Amino acid sequence: MRIICPNCGERDRREFYYVGDAVALERPAEDADLAAWDDYIHNRENPAGVTQDLWYHEMGCSAWLVVKRNTVTHEVLSAELAADVKGAGA
Amino acid sequence: MVDIIAKTPCEGLLPLTIGTTTVTEVPPSMMTSVAPYKGCEKALSTVLKSTHGIAAPAPGRATGKEGARAIWFGQRMILLMGPVPDAALAQHAALTDQSDAWAVVRLDGAGAAEVLARLTPIDLRDGAFKRGHTARTELQHMMASITRLGSNSYQIMVFRSMAETLVHDLKTAMQSVAARNG
Repeated sequence: MRIICPNCGERDRREFYYVGDAVALERPAEDADLAAWDDYIHNRENPAGVTQDLWYHEMGCSAWLVVKRNTVTHEVLSAELAADVKGAGA
Repeated sequence: MVDIIAKTPCEGLLPLTIGTTTVTEVPPSMMTSVAPYKGCEKALSTVLKSTHGIAAPAPGRATGKEGARAIWFGQRMILLMGPVPDAALAQHAALTDQSDAWAVVRLDGAGAAEVLARLTPIDLRDGAFKRGHTARTELQHMMASITRLGSNSYQIMVFRSMAETLVHDLKTAMQSVAARNG
């Protein structure tokens, strides 16, 4: 499996560390109800198909990436900087 | 009074020549990580140019030359090697002294790419990794920075604490390349 890092280009999977579902980027508002927080912290989809995860380019540029991939075909569909997705810019 | 003796990271380990390749330690110099503040990339590049005469490198590139080099060092980070950073840089970026933090070596000689290819997963072919290209990648299991300085010449950096492992891994790879070609 290879991931195309927006900074580094195509790199081997061993350079990356998996850090879970990209749902982590969608933090509920502070006053959101318990169900929203329960979903955010505990509940994850387990799709047979396209899924979005966060990956950390640990042995590379140290950027966090949002990677879209297919769990059935193992195809990596896209990778973006989490900073860009989140609009944080840092 | 304790006598403190300054030692370079690879003191007593290098130089090392096996077959056609040689590893030498790069003489220690000032090294500073330069991390631009949000939205300051352009201004930083201008100041880097006016103060040190080096353009800010794009991802995967190194600029400048021996004595004053800027190496792309990861997401939103540049490593300035050689000069003491001009105070004006601090207006646009966080500057952190890294001088004692990294072991810096050079791998030279015919077959240098063959040696590196045994240690790192990146594409080292001439078309993909040219002179002036740099990569943050892994070297065995160490976080490394690899920069191509010439056709048969690479600069390799790992954390200082891993200097001995770096030399050991390079030595093993150099021996196996030499044995193949012998």
